[in-house]
Amino acid sequence: MATADAPLCFRTRRLTKIYGDGATAVHALRGVDLDLPEGEMIVLLGPSGSGKSTLLNILGGLDHATSGEFLFRGQDMSEAKQSALTRYRRRHVGFVFQFYNLMPSLTARENVALVTEIAEDPMTPEEALALVGLEARLDHFPAQLSGGEQQRVAIARAVAKRPEVLLCDEPTGALDSATGVRVLEALQTVNDQLNSTTLIITHNSGVADMAHRVVTFSDGRIGEVRQNAERTPPRELAW
Amino acid sequence: MSRRRLVLLRATDRKLLRDLRAMWLQALAIALVIGAGVSVHLLAVGMLSSLEQTRDAYYERHRFAHVWAPVVRAPENLMPRLRGIDGVQAVETRVRAPALFDLDDMSEPASGEVLSLPDGREPHVNRLYLAEGHLPAPGRRDEAVLLDSFAAAHGLEIGAQVRATIRGGRETLTVVGRAYSPEHVYAIAPGQLVPDDRLFGVAWMSREALGEMAGQGGAFNEAAIRLMRGVSEDAVIAALDALLAPYGAPGAYGREDQLSDAFLTSELEQLETMGAILPPIFLAVAAFLVNVVVARLIATERSAIGLMKAFGYSDRAVILHYLKFVAAIAAIGVAVGVAVGVWLGRGMAGLYADYYKFPFLVFQADARDYLLAIGVATLAVCGSAMISVRRAARLAPAEAMTPPPPPDYSRALGSRITAWTMLDQQSRMILRQITRWPGRAAFTAIGVATSGALLIGTLFFTDSMEVMTASYFNLANRYDLAASFVEPRGRTAYYSLAQAPGVVAAEPYRVVSARLRNGNREERAALTGAPPEAQLSRLLDSSGRSITPPPGGLVLSRDLAIKLDIAAGETLEIEITEGRRPTVHIPVARVVTTLIGSAATMEIEDLNALLREGPVVSGVNMIVDSSRLDALYADLKAAPGVAGVSLHRLAERNFRELMDQNMGRNILIYTGFAAVIAAGVVYNSVRISLAERERELASLRVLGFTRGEVSYILLGEIALLTVAALPAGALGGAALARFLASAMSSDLYRLPFIIRPGTFGFAGAVVLFVAAASGLIVRRRLDRIDIVAVLKTRE
Repeated sequence: MATADAPLCFRTRRLTKIYGDGATAVHALRGVDLDLPEGEMIVLLGPSGSGKSTLLNILGGLDHATSGEFLFRGQDMSEAKQSALTRYRRRHVGFVFQFYNLMPSLTARENVALVTEIAEDPMTPEEALALVGLEARLDHFPAQLSGGEQQRVAIARAVAKRPEVLLCDEPTGALDSATGVRVLEALQTVNDQLNSTTLIITHNSGVADMAHRVVTFSDGRIGEVRQNAERTPPRELAW
Repeated sequence: MSRRRLVLLRATDRKLLRDLRAMWLQALAIALVIGAGVSVHLLAVGMLSSLEQTRDAYYERHRFAHVWAPVVRAPENLMPRLRGIDGVQAVETRVRAPALFDLDDMSEPASGEVLSLPDGREPHVNRLYLAEGHLPAPGRRDEAVLLDSFAAAHGLEIGAQVRATIRGGRETLTVVGRAYSPEHVYAIAPGQLVPDDRLFGVAWMSREALGEMAGQGGAFNEAAIRLMRGVSEDAVIAALDALLAPYGAPGAYGREDQLSDAFLTSELEQLETMGAILPPIFLAVAAFLVNVVVARLIATERSAIGLMKAFGYSDRAVILHYLKFVAAIAAIGVAVGVAVGVWLGRGMAGLYADYYKFPFLVFQADARDYLLAIGVATLAVCGSAMISVRRAARLAPAEAMTPPPPPDYSRALGSRITAWTMLDQQSRMILRQITRWPGRAAFTAIGVATSGALLIGTLFFTDSMEVMTASYFNLANRYDLAASFVEPRGRTAYYSLAQAPGVVAAEPYRVVSARLRNGNREERAALTGAPPEAQLSRLLDSSGRSITPPPGGLVLSRDLAIKLDIAAGETLEIEITEGRRPTVHIPVARVVTTLIGSAATMEIEDLNALLREGPVVSGVNMIVDSSRLDALYADLKAAPGVAGVSLHRLAERNFRELMDQNMGRNILIYTGFAAVIAAGVVYNSVRISLAERERELASLRVLGFTRGEVSYILLGEIALLTVAALPAGALGGAALARFLASAMSSDLYRLPFIIRPGTFGFAGAVVLFVAAASGLIVRRRLDRIDIVAVLKTRE
């Protein structure tokens, strides 16, 4: 689906992020230049503290860069205000976290509806949950679902608004391998069917084989960007 | 080993201090609620015990009489027989005469009385507290000691002169002393409600001199008696009445009918009632609030507790740590409460000192009162902390450190209602939060409702007093002033007053003292004769219509009817204790509710007929052209037959001033306390809710919800609960007001149970405002929430 000459979803230049100042300053990003085409599935690899989460947070509009340029579909987001960032997240971005972050007081269907109610052209909650294989668990509360099921509800919630971008921070970090594979399959289905640019942070280098593109981080910089000629289906990944 | 433990302990103490600092606003909110409970308790019980102790000490030291036995005129040689009555410890006979004072600094006459002091010695009963000067020299017609408050109100120093009409005779008195008297702690003219120091005067003179002036040479017209401990007052009164009946005794009476003591006692009873009701409510609310808040606070400390245990702290050490934490909060609360309570108490003692003339009055709460307040506060706080900390400490460290599983909402109450499809998801979250934790929701709602109820229950006094005042001054008693005669006078005396300068309308009245009896029940009362269709002083039924006693019948006020256990249609035995002293049987035609004072009223001609006297009157009620008041006052002061003048309009003004002053202060105090409770409940509920749901709310921000939308979920719940609590608070407040209305009513007045809609509105507005302000403070925190940081941490 994705091709190298597709329009750019994200473009960053000399992107830096420094937490704190003076002697205690932590350089989380030290000048990141990255071009990510629309519709690709990209896996970000790297040890803890290498800057991948920081980048994801900036790309997702959760945080501001200290300096540098960040464009979303050609639009400069570097100086966007809080309200603009909220709008950006609301319209264009879907998030999936390691710990699901579902609303415990809402059922699977209602957790998805939470987002579809404020989106412009959403799918129905039932469609979104079917996409991740949870059509049978619509009216279950998070407490009644397994970890993998909860994560798939989180994916359904993230994709129900048909986002241009899907950002996943360690989506399988809290799951066993069999469950993890089901979650990755769900992510791949979404990427294939909705053409959402999908960024996945993981510690598990095996996951990289399912991506179009793999970006490796170390010490706040990009070490390597490689494209997979062949993508491995999640079921066949080395876990 | 011990050194290492010391270091560790220091680390936990540092944690404690930092926790306190981090949560200072929450801790302060809890501390203030405790403080409110403690200070209301101290104020009420402290004021009560201060007044009681002061009164008891004053009465004892100055030998305040137990019984007064007035007569028309009795020979002094009755003394041995008076002393010989069983149970009598001391007797003092004296002369008591009404007086009208004419003062340079005001045109109105001041009413009052002159009392004799034994010549050459201190009285055995009712001793004065001489603030300055000396007692009158024996036989000096021109020397008098004045009631200190009266002298002070007119700037009369030692050596100053006062003109007075004493039993018709004009005298000029020189002030030789200023004194307090246990008989005049509440120095008030008959028929008045609040003291006016300028308008009520008391003078003490030599027995010999006053005896001459009042035509009581070698005789007395009142005996004041102190009883031995444990003696039946009724038996002594019966013996006195038997002994003194031949001398025109209207009947001896005890302290309950002594005006000053009756007011003081009624005030103390009210304080006692307030003290028995309000402080326990405040303390209970504080305990309840603290209990819940501390429990939830400690629940949010779950992982910290696990961590401490993982480091090897024992359960006891952990419990102790959190006990210290809440004990610190309790200590702040108690300190604030004691300081505010004592401060308010001193202020209140100052106000009491304006109205109750004690030579000394210091606000002082007993050690017992302090201990009780501190004990309840500490128990409430530490008890609740103990329970929740032990629950947390029981968990294995590893379990305590992992986040609790997501709460299961599938078992929540009313899931059908909350699944209703019309709801948007945010509102659904609000409703589910409430139905999942109904106890918490109820706590918040009850706390807010209690705040509203306390506010209504205390503010209702304003409404009630307003109705009472309006009814008494504007509807029932519409005269501007009343003049009473030294002795009953013929109709001509009435006509001459009716034609006095400035008098627009006048109506006569006749009043005699009487004993009302029904079976074995007996009450002393003033029996009033009123002209038919009286306009100036009327009895009103509950709908405000004027009631006229039918010929031959009596109208009785409800308080008397209840005490005598008599209903309309039944016949009352009346023993008139003046003049010919007839005993008659008269049917009770109507029973009416009077808000102030009691009434037993019949037609004036019926009363004249019963007494077999001509058409005589005791006094005249008048409406006066205010521009000609001074001329009228001059006339009244010069009229020898006028014993006293009751300035009704001035009395109303004084009463309203007192009310405004007291009510304004009370409204401020109770509004403050209610606001503290509402703020304590709402702020803590929302703040803890934020701590518990920070992650949920941050997730919503990530999903693209605006700050406003996220605040809606947090504050919508408290808003809903507050709105739900308002009607409950209104009902609770009405119930409290109803209870207080009956509990605080006394022989002197009855508080009607009336709450104006405006009071509900004001209470509601205060509660809503405080809730909104408390909620918005938390919202500012929510706005500043660091989304990324929250999502990174695992619960």
